[in-house]
Amino acid sequence: MLSERRIIFRHIDEPGYTTDLACYQRSGGYAVLRKAILRKPEELCADVKDSGVKGRGGAGFPCGLKWSFLDRKSGKPIYLICNADESEPGTYKDRQIIYKDPHQLIEGLICSAYAIQAKLAFIYIRGEMFEGAKILERAIEEARAANFLGDNILGSGYSVDVIVHRGAGCYICGEETGLIESLEGKRAYPRIKPPYFPAVLGLYNCPTIVNNVETLCQVKHVLDLGGKEFAKIGVPTDSGTHIWGISGHVVRPGYYEIESGKGTVRDLIYDFGGGPPPGRSIKAIIPGGVSMKILRMGEKFKVKLSDGSPAEWGVLDIPLDSASFGMCGTSLGTGGMIIMDDTTDMVEALSNLMAFYAHESCGQCTPCREGSLWLKKITTRVCSGGGRLEDIDLVKNIADQVAGRTICAHGEALAWPCQSNVPKFRDEWEEKIRAQMQDREHGAPATNRKGVRLV
Amino acid sequence: MPSVNLVTINVDGRDLQVPAGMNLIDAMAKHGLEVPHYCYHPKLTVAGNCRMCLVETGLPMKDRATNQILVEPDGRMKIGWGPKPAVACTTNCTPGLHVRTHTPVVQDCREGVMEFLLVNHPLDCPICDQAGECKLQEFATDYGRGYSRFVEEKNVKPKRTRLGPRVTLDDERCILCSRCVRFCSEIVKDDVLGFTERGSLNTLTCYPGRELDNNYSLNTVDICPVGALTSTDFRFKMRVWFLKPAPSICTESSVGANTEVWSREGKIYRITPRDNDAVNDCWMSDSGRDLYKSVESPLRIDFFAVDNGKCPADKALARAAELLKGGRVGYIGSAHSSLEEQFLLWQIVKAEPGPVALVRHSRSGDGLLISNDATPNLRGAFLTGLLRDLPASNLDDLRGKVETGVIRTLFVVHEDLAALGFSDDLLRRVNVIYLGTHANRASDLAQVVLPGQMVFEKSGSFINQQWRVQRFFQAVPGPAGTAPDLQVLSQLLARVAGFAAPMVSPDSLWHQLAGAFAPLAGWTWESIGQQGRVLDASDWAHVPFGEGKSLHFDPAALTAVKAG
Amino acid sequence: MNLSSKTIEYIERLLPRYPQKRSAMLMVLHAIQEDAGFISKEAMEWTAQKLGVTPIQVYEVITFYPMFRQAPIGRRHVKVCRTLSCALRGAYKVCDSLQESLACGLGETSADGNFTIEFVECVAACGSAPVVMVDDKLHENITPEKAPDFANKLKSETPASLPPSRH
Repeated sequence: MLSERRIIFRHIDEPGYTTDLACYQRSGGYAVLRKAILRKPEELCADVKDSGVKGRGGAGFPCGLKWSFLDRKSGKPIYLICNADESEPGTYKDRQIIYKDPHQLIEGLICSAYAIQAKLAFIYIRGEMFEGAKILERAIEEARAANFLGDNILGSGYSVDVIVHRGAGCYICGEETGLIESLEGKRAYPRIKPPYFPAVLGLYNCPTIVNNVETLCQVKHVLDLGGKEFAKIGVPTDSGTHIWGISGHVVRPGYYEIESGKGTVRDLIYDFGGGPPPGRSIKAIIPGGVSMKILRMGEKFKVKLSDGSPAEWGVLDIPLDSASFGMCGTSLGTGGMIIMDDTTDMVEALSNLMAFYAHESCGQCTPCREGSLWLKKITTRVCSGGGRLEDIDLVKNIADQVAGRTICAHGEALAWPCQSNVPKFRDEWEEKIRAQMQDREHGAPATNRKGVRLV
Repeated sequence: MPSVNLVTINVDGRDLQVPAGMNLIDAMAKHGLEVPHYCYHPKLTVAGNCRMCLVETGLPMKDRATNQILVEPDGRMKIGWGPKPAVACTTNCTPGLHVRTHTPVVQDCREGVMEFLLVNHPLDCPICDQAGECKLQEFATDYGRGYSRFVEEKNVKPKRTRLGPRVTLDDERCILCSRCVRFCSEIVKDDVLGFTERGSLNTLTCYPGRELDNNYSLNTVDICPVGALTSTDFRFKMRVWFLKPAPSICTESSVGANTEVWSREGKIYRITPRDNDAVNDCWMSDSGRDLYKSVESPLRIDFFAVDNGKCPADKALARAAELLKGGRVGYIGSAHSSLEEQFLLWQIVKAEPGPVALVRHSRSGDGLLISNDATPNLRGAFLTGLLRDLPASNLDDLRGKVETGVIRTLFVVHEDLAALGFSDDLLRRVNVIYLGTHANRASDLAQVVLPGQMVFEKSGSFINQQWRVQRFFQAVPGPAGTAPDLQVLSQLLARVAGFAAPMVSPDSLWHQLAGAFAPLAGWTWESIGQQGRVLDASDWAHVPFGEGKSLHFDPAALTAVKAG
Repeated sequence: MNLSSKTIEYIERLLPRYPQKRSAMLMVLHAIQEDAGFISKEAMEWTAQKLGVTPIQVYEVITFYPMFRQAPIGRRHVKVCRTLSCALRGAYKVCDSLQESLACGLGETSADGNFTIEFVECVAACGSAPVVMVDDKLHENITPEKAPDFANKLKSETPASLPPSRH
């Protein structure tokens, strides 16, 4: 039976564990900062690079590599931004850290700021986390009072402050350049790259690093163990742990921190999640936040294992590390796994997501702006009794016209669900639409209800 | 012309020489290759949001260790093509850049973007002013799929908003390219436009209670690729394919913005800017566009007259010549006259000498395309010798001479003497020969009235604040009863100087101009070119014109003007 | 514009912390809305002046970010998450149920001015789906079965003396 390896979540939901500094310090808090601040920043960066730890915001880009892109020659101030705008549907891990162990984030943040020699740090937290912002402010006050933050930290000569900045309801503020625009007080329109790579032209056109909440916590543990030691956790291509948050049709939705590669989807869903509700079977899963390609139960994947030997996996066999999901044509993204059982109407499920993406599209570039709303309109129509057989290919084709053609990854995010759901559940689409066509022949109106329903 | 660093790029298999670092769209345009685009504009910052200019790009692959460029078996560079198409507007030309535009991927990109743009676009072509000069129409024809698969309901947005006193906005047509927003922010520095709402509901808006009312608002209509922003004045007036353009110069100020005058069958319908990177880029003021309105004013002088009676041209010219030859003549020239007209006036002055004055018309400049000199050709008067020093904004000196009887006859070109302090009584005491386009008190009381033509009705050149000679061409014929000022002046000169007047044209006059004035030696009318030509103005470097900066003019830098 | 002096002091203290004043935009707007319940045209112009931007640049932001509104709403702002995980566990039924119990249409304010019900997108609490936010509080595991009781409790905690929601 797979067990969790709680590194980041060690104290989450621990009885008696509170968010104040005293409690954090009783468990050894800020010991890592005390050590790190005495070392050279380059050494800390080398540790992070050696650890191979990947960003935990969904893109999975190696953190140390991202830091190495920083333009340190321009003379402009460097900024560190913590992306606490957790908005990828299915994801709720950062909330736990902010609400229940904020000092871990702050310690990781300060260590990272010191490593990249940031002049100022921000925590951009989504506006809906009202209490979370207050918890962070209190923790920052405590840290400042204890000289872990602010002027001349622990006598090191290094100073940095942290500003908690609240968002106001935009998924696109989770995109790093959208976040930067928002932090500059504007509409969150992601920037074109080239030339606006944040590491060179970020906040106020200064070199900027944007890291996810969990990533900054991972950095703390990297520095605690040392890069090479940390790299031994998990698998070589994906070090550390992943915090999986399962939701949807499972008996025990919840979060579980599992060492990378040390378990399978089956372990996660059945051992931890308790499997689907009694009497039901799993139809599909989305591995890591709704933007990732969907997997249909029964699919088989021909893969190559790390020793080069071939293997065949079913969905439940997939090991819980990024390369494995990559070989199955999807990604573990943010680790927000959504399970859908056999009562789920897959067309409705896609329609639900298209409404989400249409609402969240910033509207800046043509394919996403028009494509997202068009897809919403088509899927709404299909769910309201007005589907046509040509809509099936149309949905996939529109997605193909969006992916790879946009300013930011919101294009891929809205396209991947279509590009996977439609081919993999084509039989459902056809059955549903044929039934509607029959109904319409017998006089049913083309639309018989508004909105989108699931259950 | 400073030498430019050229690099070799490869477009669809062809090597091209382009300036290093130049934007790919511009670079390809230099070679006559079109990259369709909407949001990109060479004078504004890059937005990269329309995605129409997607092309495949690749760079030479290098060996990681040696940094040497890898080579294929046949000797060509090994090209690493990007996994996704890239927008040409943010691609700068570097050595070895490879571009493909005729591949299935690029074709699909263009068809896709066109389809997306048309998804919520209203079917307004039959009633839309932009038809005939609409980029959506052009690129849909050239690069679109030819049909749409959209069967849903289109977005509804405000359709006929008064964005400002001169601009009407149709939000449904807007493709959200943001050119207008960037223009107002970057060129006019007046952040008055923005987008509200989110996603496909993005709507171009002016803050409630404010308007797009700056004096450059109509440039947004020019740069709008579709019919979202339209000129309220021009709206529904004329289909653009019936209009004939004629190159002209804005007479609003000494900036001399280059313009295009659009007319049909002798009637002007609109004025738009004409590109000149040395003077006005591609902009002009709103106030300058209105100048054609006075063409059809009821005050137009479209007759020759003697003693308030209309008469044939001959009679008026004979009387004028008689008055001039009677001596004690004073001249009031105009900085609105073309260089050629000023040249003829100067020859009349030589034949019948007398004091010459011009009036300085000042206003406050805006630092952009309106200088504080409200006339287009003050410097022509210097070049031709009519002026030696800056004129005053009054005629006190000359009026004094009239009052004391030193001057008995005044030849007035295009100035309102009553507004300049000449009383009715004084005007009756002196003989006025008035040459102008619109009637005023002086012309009403003049002994001889000679009709003039407006800049749209004749051809000639002006010298702007950069000492750049710029040509303007006739767009419409003058009203019946008028003749080009060049003919009138040359006929008068002939009668005064006593020889037969040949038919004159700017071209023929330039032979004389080039011979008469050293800075123009060797010039011809043709040699002035489409973008104008700067002359050597060192003779007048001491004159304190006192103008501030304009878009492409800095008086501080004008220490020594080089000939163009 | 009736901002409390406490709010204005907070804003004055906040602005210098940012390298550029304009960056404080969202925080200033939150402060105004949490004081007045909405952002008036006057407040927009005041904000523009404070941050050194034009009014359209504030207006643009307010209409982009769904949390900001330009008019007051009901005393309780009821926000039902509609995205996939919550929808899979009955969020739409919950919303229907709340609309009925609270006598309030979706996207509207009830006739008695007590409630405004809206759908919102994922609130990052998917493990305890379906979730409902009321003003600034998150309520987890509000299943269709629990919805009626939830509504009743909410009604009992909403006296007419409450001002329009600040969140």
